[in-house]
Amino acid sequence: MIDIRIQSKGFNFEKEIKKFQKTKIDGAVVCFLGSVRDLESEEELKKLEIEYYPKMAKKVLKETAKKAFDKWNLSQCLIIHRFGKLNVNESIVLIITQTKHRKDAFRANEYIIDFLKINAPFWKKEHTNRKSYWVEQNKKDIDMSI
Amino acid sequence: MKIIFFAKIRELIGKEEENIILPENIITVNDMVSFLKQYNKIYYNVFENYDFFIACDEELVDMDYNISKTKEIAIFPPVTGG
Repeated sequence: MIDIRIQSKGFNFEKEIKKFQKTKIDGAVVCFLGSVRDLESEEELKKLEIEYYPKMAKKVLKETAKKAFDKWNLSQCLIIHRFGKLNVNESIVLIITQTKHRKDAFRANEYIIDFLKINAPFWKKEHTNRKSYWVEQNKKDIDMSI
Repeated sequence: MKIIFFAKIRELIGKEEENIILPENIITVNDMVSFLKQYNKIYYNVFENYDFFIACDEELVDMDYNISKTKEIAIFPPVTGG
């Protein structure tokens, strides 16, 4: 089962994991939770705004999950990605992968977040106490996906 | 042709979308970019000075992609999700 959600409202990752455990299809469940981090500078992050291209974002997330699903023989996969204006420490993205063996669940999860970071049409804009600017793509994310 | 813009590119262009009638000799993405660069200075500035990606009907494409059957073109900066 593949479940893709793009939403402005927050989510409860513990609840989402419990849903996976309830179904008891396979034993290994890996969860990645990405949150808004504060800036490593004197500026204070007031809000992180996330914009996205709705039709394409859903399509890319679905296709990515499907690839991981087939490659690592997943039994379940959930991707939640938020949009809108978020505060520091709020959750942005949740990826849960479930399969028989832990290594496959880890690999599938890492594949999804790495692919998503450089292919899914979402953009972050930081609003600080001084200015607002669009976040640049991190070269490390591109290198990691190769 | 409907062209939509996102994030920094949307702000630079100053609008969310534009409907442009492309001449018949515009076949590829590259042709379209060249056409838009001559269309006005704003497009020229964006395509000359900023990184951008093009998606045709929600699929990322290269500059030599044939757009003759495309309904919607999206132009946006490198993505930063996750």
